[in-house]
Amino acid sequence: MNAALRLVDLTVSYDRHPAVHHVSAEIPAAEMTAIVGPNGAGKSTLLKAMLGLVPRVEGRVECAARRIAYLPQQAEIDRAFPISVLDTVLLGRWSRFGGFGAANGTDIHDAQHAIEAVGLGGFERRPIDTLSVGQFQRVLFARLLLQDADLVLLDEPFAAIDSKTVSDLMAVIRRWQAEKRTVVAVLHDLDQVRRDFPNSLLLARELVDAGPTSRVLSPENLLRARAMAEAWDEQADACDVPMRLSA
Amino acid sequence: MLYDTLIAPFADFGFMRRALVASLALSAGGSAIGVFLILRRMSLMGDALAHSLLPGAAMGFLIGGLSLPAMSLGGFLAGVATALLSGIIARFSSMREDASFAAAYLTAMALGVLIVSLRGSAVDLMNILFGAILAVDDQALILVVATATLTLVGLAAIYRPLVVECFNPGFLAAMGVRGSVYHYLFLSLAVLNMVAGFQALGTLMALGLILLPAVAASFWAREVWSMTAVAAPMAFVSAAVGLLVSFHVGLPSGPVIVLFASLFFLGSLLFGTRASVRARLSRPVHLRG
Repeated sequence: MNAALRLVDLTVSYDRHPAVHHVSAEIPAAEMTAIVGPNGAGKSTLLKAMLGLVPRVEGRVECAARRIAYLPQQAEIDRAFPISVLDTVLLGRWSRFGGFGAANGTDIHDAQHAIEAVGLGGFERRPIDTLSVGQFQRVLFARLLLQDADLVLLDEPFAAIDSKTVSDLMAVIRRWQAEKRTVVAVLHDLDQVRRDFPNSLLLARELVDAGPTSRVLSPENLLRARAMAEAWDEQADACDVPMRLSA
Repeated sequence: MLYDTLIAPFADFGFMRRALVASLALSAGGSAIGVFLILRRMSLMGDALAHSLLPGAAMGFLIGGLSLPAMSLGGFLAGVATALLSGIIARFSSMREDASFAAAYLTAMALGVLIVSLRGSAVDLMNILFGAILAVDDQALILVVATATLTLVGLAAIYRPLVVECFNPGFLAAMGVRGSVYHYLFLSLAVLNMVAGFQALGTLMALGLILLPAVAASFWAREVWSMTAVAAPMAFVSAAVGLLVSFHVGLPSGPVIVLFASLFFLGSLLFGTRASVRARLSRPVHLRG
């Protein structure tokens, strides 16, 4: 198996409490992997660690991807900010024009194409504060399309989104997979994971299991994950498990 | 009559002309800063920052007397130091940035007033706190105009990273850009504008001409550039009318100018096209689909 991403004994802690604890796993390349687990299991933190966005990290993330695209949770974006749909989508080309270069005709053409591909044709000039949650998620997917990344990380892409939008956006994700891109998504809907994602990683601060979804999402594993996530010990001793070198 | 009221003060008195040009420059640069302060939800932090110029200006006063370069440099250094320190405190403790700003500016104000009262008179203190736009000399005018130029050019240069840092900082970080660099560049420009403003309006009200027109503009426009385009003329009209009133009636210019800017704010709040009282009360109209 060819790994797009390898986590080696990864620990991320906030205020010394580990949010992700000694996790070692591999994300297979060119496939769709779901990250599953109860609230507070460290799923978003794990995604951010893959991107290098969290400061205190022990262990390693080994990444073979050339370019990574990231869909944040909507709560992390100021949706009242006065910016148009087209400008938001164009930001997907940041790696080409950066903070100071100009967008050329190709960029704008591609952005319009991406906006149509997510079903928002005609919305180019609309300010983002007039969009619904589902429409705005389509905008963010259009921006991902423009990023042309070989690894796509999605943090709860379908939270509070209706079924029509979910199926449209799933079609976009499947297209990425057909183009041999690696997709990693944090998801809560286990039926959807079983239906659409062949690989899963079940997290409860520690790794419960990773591999084929049919095996990972067994009732025993899910029960174990819930019990592990609820454990929070203020009096816990400092963890000094020696770095495992096996992974 | 009209000539005597509106034109003569500027035609006859050099200090009025300088004050007018200074307020034009302040309005041009400051309103853009104000729009970004609002969009970053930093209006009150901006105010705290303006107050924190005081100890620096006071140190300059202690060393150089009522000298503009000394007081401006002192004020600028104090403002930037406050912004940096508050940012560092917020990052290395669990304190939120607004709380650390409040702590920093209260300390700075107390320190500043003490330093001025060590040597200066009550009039000096009044001048530093509330400004004396009619005392704007050529040197001050150059400072204000240079600030406006630097502000507009600087904002144009960092516009895109700053906008993304405002509305989606995570994206900037994922692109490997350090958003905090642009945050602090912006804060430095903001401090520079407050320094330029405090000669005219005082450290207590330096933000008045920056923030009030920008808040008023948010009731009319909804893009960064159009908000700025609406805010700048409002700032300039407030300053020009405020100057005339303070000239004819013999009132301190700073508070009068700020009060006229408040009138724009009130008017916009009542009659603006977006989210104003009028828009709230008028009969809702909806389209067919």
